[in-house]
Amino acid sequence: MNAVDDMTAPTPPSRLAPISARRRRTDKFARGMLWAGTGLALVPLALVVYYLLSRGLRAWSWHFFTSDPTGRFIGDPGGIKSAIIGTVLIVLLATAIAVPIGIGVALYLTEYGKRSRFANTVRYFIDVMTGVPSIVFGLFIYIVLILSGTFGGFAGWKGSVALSLLMLPVVTRSSEVVLNLVPSGLREAGLALGAPRWRLILRVILPTALPGLVTGSLLALARAAGETAPLLFTAFAVNATTFNMGQQMNSLPIQIFNDVRQAQDRIVDRAWGAALTLVLMILIATLLARLVSRRSRTK
Amino acid sequence: MTTETATSRRGGRQIFGRAAPSRVPDRVLKWGLTTLAAFILVLIAFFFVRLYVEAQPAFDTFGHLGFVTGNEWNVSQDTYGAWPLIVGTLITSAVALVIGIPVAVAVAVFLTELCPRRLRGLLGTLVELLAAVPSVVYGLWGVFVLIPRLKPVTQWFSDTFSFLPFIGGEVAGPNYFNGGLILAIMIVPIVSAISREVMATVPAENKEAALALGATRWEMIRTAVLPYSRAGIAGAAMLGLGRAIGETIAVTLVIGNAPQIGSSLFDQGYTLAAVIANEFGEAASDPIHRAALIAAGLVLFVLTLLVNMVARFYVVRAERSQRIGRGERA
Amino acid sequence: MTADPNSVSQESITVTTPDANPPLPDSATSSAPAPTVQTEAPSDPTTTTGRAVTLSGLHAYYGTQHAVKGVDLAFSANKVTAIIGPSGCGKSTMVRCINRMHEEIPGARAEGHVLLDDQDVYAPGLDVVSVRRAIGMVFQKPNPFPTMSIFDNVAAGLRLTGSRGTPLKERVERSLVGAGLWDEVKDRLHSPGAGLSGGQQQRLCIARTIAVEPDVILMDEPCSALDPIATLRVEELISELKSRYTIVIVTHNMQQAGRVADSTAFMLNGELVEFGPTSQIFTNPTDERTEQYVSGRFG
Repeated sequence: MNAVDDMTAPTPPSRLAPISARRRRTDKFARGMLWAGTGLALVPLALVVYYLLSRGLRAWSWHFFTSDPTGRFIGDPGGIKSAIIGTVLIVLLATAIAVPIGIGVALYLTEYGKRSRFANTVRYFIDVMTGVPSIVFGLFIYIVLILSGTFGGFAGWKGSVALSLLMLPVVTRSSEVVLNLVPSGLREAGLALGAPRWRLILRVILPTALPGLVTGSLLALARAAGETAPLLFTAFAVNATTFNMGQQMNSLPIQIFNDVRQAQDRIVDRAWGAALTLVLMILIATLLARLVSRRSRTK
Repeated sequence: MTTETATSRRGGRQIFGRAAPSRVPDRVLKWGLTTLAAFILVLIAFFFVRLYVEAQPAFDTFGHLGFVTGNEWNVSQDTYGAWPLIVGTLITSAVALVIGIPVAVAVAVFLTELCPRRLRGLLGTLVELLAAVPSVVYGLWGVFVLIPRLKPVTQWFSDTFSFLPFIGGEVAGPNYFNGGLILAIMIVPIVSAISREVMATVPAENKEAALALGATRWEMIRTAVLPYSRAGIAGAAMLGLGRAIGETIAVTLVIGNAPQIGSSLFDQGYTLAAVIANEFGEAASDPIHRAALIAAGLVLFVLTLLVNMVARFYVVRAERSQRIGRGERA
Repeated sequence: MTADPNSVSQESITVTTPDANPPLPDSATSSAPAPTVQTEAPSDPTTTTGRAVTLSGLHAYYGTQHAVKGVDLAFSANKVTAIIGPSGCGKSTMVRCINRMHEEIPGARAEGHVLLDDQDVYAPGLDVVSVRRAIGMVFQKPNPFPTMSIFDNVAAGLRLTGSRGTPLKERVERSLVGAGLWDEVKDRLHSPGAGLSGGQQQRLCIARTIAVEPDVILMDEPCSALDPIATLRVEELISELKSRYTIVIVTHNMQQAGRVADSTAFMLNGELVEFGPTSQIFTNPTDERTEQYVSGRFG
């Protein structure tokens, strides 16, 4: 609009009269409220991040990451080594269970079921699963795997199963979206070459959709990593580090949950340190997910 | 020309002949995947049945209705009525909606209609990050930061507005309001994300129509964007409600865990999810207590199911009407 | 059906030179935009409620793409001017610059002057809302507000701007009568506007536009989504409306331009090629490209 500059508006435009003051005020006020609302939404984030960093970093030390909780109430409470290892193992196993099943169901929905009644029913119940509170999944696994007595008591792998139930709908829904994005031209081209459908799925559809599938799985993983409730009465908690998934296992969320409720400064400090660790792990998974999806988009 | 006829003559039999063996893996895959999908349905049915069977002792003792409407939850006397928990769940969720929905919708409107394009990605990511913080971390933050800082403010509010219903009296440290506030923070990302998706589908023609009539930006939002996305926003709010009802750990840490119906918004309370998280450890050896907790889980499950069904109804309707809207104008 | 194109007074028409350079009488070169642009003498004052619109040195961009390249053009008050040209020639963009709708597209901007009588629409500090209030627009696809009834659609603009004096109901009725829609909808004013047929929807949009009593109505291919009979109705309506409004209509349909327009402008590749009385453009164009286009040899 450079050209406008050398043109001075002659007289106050009569027909192009400015809008009424009331309307302009309303507009300004409403815009201000929308600005403020967005700002307000970010206040908790800023506060949480601030306290996580200031309290969490204070708790961090070499000792903090290399020792197990001692379980003592006085003196050195110990670190979070067993919790970190437990979280990693439980979440990896949960991912290993949920991802193949989730992608398999998504493949069924996009390649075979499509708009059939059965497929729509499955879709509906996948959505239902998304809404089920995580603690109810924990209860369910407790009933099926622990109360029944056939599989023994609390164990890390049972926590993984509970988390995988939580991840399953997330993986399925995101995979379905990604698989649907595979151009139908590719499918038709493959079929027109005389390729059997299974080969088409393995050689064409899955590789094309791979980055999206990885992204969806990583996001589901990130969501599961922070969950506490399903682990409460499945994996339970012990202080010592274990790599045996048939045993009770510690995890970061449970460690934090238990530490919060101790009125002991050093134990609460450990909770902040563990919280910072957990949030960073989740953030890394989320960033990785975004990176994968961005890389595939630029390709 | 000659090669063509040659191949087709030669290939005619071979092509059809070759198809048969490679069909086997195809069938295996198809039926394998179908079974997997069916497995999901079986799993959910099994899920429901097992919860119900295990909750049976509680229902036998107190009756279905008696359990839901019973006013007393007393572990030492083995008396279990879930009403105080249901009320607590509803109060905290209502607070979460009243605070969270306006903020979430403001975020969505701001990001789709007002935000400079360069800032949009950044702000959107930041709001999404709110969802990446685990429930237990919100709980930790709530206990050690929010509750102590908020107490003087809520006490002042309670004293000043004591003439309002459910306000007034001594403010407890952990209370319904704290729970609701934490829940509000936790539902903002999902509600604003879905609202944004819905608002992004408002056809540009509708917005242009309003602007061309001489609408200010806010008037354009009010006449074209908000009415069009109403159903979608309602659905998003219901999904947020489902989240709030089922959210466990953060609420457990900040609500006080007192199985009573508080007389004010700033009283201690309990929710269905919190009671399960809190008492399950000690209940393992007491069958009736355990059954009561599983029954509470079942009530929670049914409640979220209903809410999510309503939410889905709205979201699907919003999607459908938009599809029709687009079709008509195409 | 339409006014005789030959009735257009010759002095109100500017004919461009073939290279689409400065079109205005007495104006010098295209490189320096004229500080003030001459507008023609007002038409018969008894009928004038529309106002003249003058473009000078108008450029429009989408990001780096130069869509309108320095157009100078004068639309006479209370006349219908058609803009024709092949797809992508910038005719819609140019029209959207007149009421500053162009800048609503992310990355889009405009330079130059658009005068409503003697007031620059692009004057700094001028509220864009007041511009659109004075210069209404009807779009390619009928776009009634889908959530509003017929009545509310027409009243939408009035409610925004605050109806002056006359009760809302009367204004709505008058606008619907003006748009030739009253008899068809008077018994169902409160049913949804989206339930009308395409042609009725477009006339509803015209009613909505004239309800706020603009001086100028811009029409961006208003009939391209309509069937021939609905098109005919809208064309009749345009001819009636010009007694009160200045109308600029973009059309890809040369027959339509011939039927409704007093004068016609032909655009190509973002430049104005020729502008003159409709009869002249279609029967005796001065520019070879115009002749090729109107005789259907390209576009």
